[in-house]
Amino acid sequence: MAPEELTQWLARDLDAGFEEVVRTHQHRLFALALGMCGNPHDAEEVAQDTFVRAYRALKRFPPERLEELRLAAWLSRIAVNVVRNRVRSRRPALALLAGAEAEGVEVPERRAGPERTVLARAGVRRLAGLVAALPRAQREAVLLHSVQQLTYAEVAGALNLSEATVRSNVHRGLQALRARAGWLSEVS
Amino acid sequence: MNMVEEALHELSAARAPDGFLERTLRACGLRDSYAKVATPIGDYFVAWRGNRVSAVSRADKGLESFLNWFASEVGRSLEPAEGVPALIRRALLATRGQGLSYDFGQLTEFEQAVLRKTLEIPRGEVRSYGWVAREIGRPGAVRAVGTALRHNPIPLLIPCHRVVRGDGELGNYAGGHPELKKDILKLEGLDLGWLEDLARRHKRFLGSRTTHVFCQPTCSHARRIALDNRVEFSAEQEARAAGYRPCRDCRPVAA
Repeated sequence: MAPEELTQWLARDLDAGFEEVVRTHQHRLFALALGMCGNPHDAEEVAQDTFVRAYRALKRFPPERLEELRLAAWLSRIAVNVVRNRVRSRRPALALLAGAEAEGVEVPERRAGPERTVLARAGVRRLAGLVAALPRAQREAVLLHSVQQLTYAEVAGALNLSEATVRSNVHRGLQALRARAGWLSEVS
Repeated sequence: MNMVEEALHELSAARAPDGFLERTLRACGLRDSYAKVATPIGDYFVAWRGNRVSAVSRADKGLESFLNWFASEVGRSLEPAEGVPALIRRALLATRGQGLSYDFGQLTEFEQAVLRKTLEIPRGEVRSYGWVAREIGRPGAVRAVGTALRHNPIPLLIPCHRVVRGDGELGNYAGGHPELKKDILKLEGLDLGWLEDLARRHKRFLGSRTTHVFCQPTCSHARRIALDNRVEFSAEQEARAAGYRPCRDCRPVAA
């Protein structure tokens, strides 16, 4: 379904439309939360909290705001804030979670070649931890751009930063991940 | 593609855990839960979504029949819950639904207006189908009010048992057997024998000699009139001719 069809549905019938929003965005948003938290348990809490806040906010939205709503970017921004608030209020520092492996995360096997799959699976488990260990600005930029697949402009809008800053954060984040991933593949 | 890009790509393909959709919708208050409640007049199934009650039904026909009825009438699926939220449970036991929120889902605007008006009838009092029709601005729709109340998806809490026929007969009951309507009204402290006696003698209003106000017989103001000061009227003109005005709370006649 095209994004504008989904927002039209929301304008027509918020409850039924929102069910479709959760159905459509649940996996992408969970992946984003997984990258931010580093483990599936916290990721589920964050993803669920994000949808609950989104639903409450949508109930108070005037119709004209619904029309111009960019759902993917908007949900990402809520998720980023949910994680920031958790860190601030009751969660241990993210660095402590970084070592936690993303056990129990289902990754579809899509590519041919057993070695590539094994490599990718080992990669995604560690990557969730590695991404979570990045400095916050880089982590958010990398996840929104590479995992949530937003454009630089959308990431900039969601994080309230300039596009140039986002580009540089994505670049430096990927560089740091490459350096650490290289080290990981050498030791394993 | 190097390992980082590939792994990021795989991360973006991560799937939310099984049941995530349902758990999330329930947390948003978008899923209906149900549970059984024992009341003085029997067991009931209650369904709610978030803090809004979506259905009440007598449990005597069994769970299967309740689930099927809910699916066809409300059009959503139900999930069992451990128990009913305390607020809903207390309201059911006391047949006091006024403080709760309701989910009228698929009902038409007319049906919703009928149910909202019915919700205003105080415990222990009754009003006629014609009164409900008049109050919602559709004085000609008396039969349609009856039909809407016969399909009331939330009996007991939306007190359709407090809407009776204009001639003093109790009429149909959505919540079960017509006898049940009697039992609930008795439980709420209504003197049915006295009401039937008034109807038999075609007395529709009670007036107070001290205030010169006339009410519907079960109005709380009418019940406070001392026996010596109580006058019975058969028609509006009779009361008006005697210098009485209609009660502002029970609104016994058209404005």
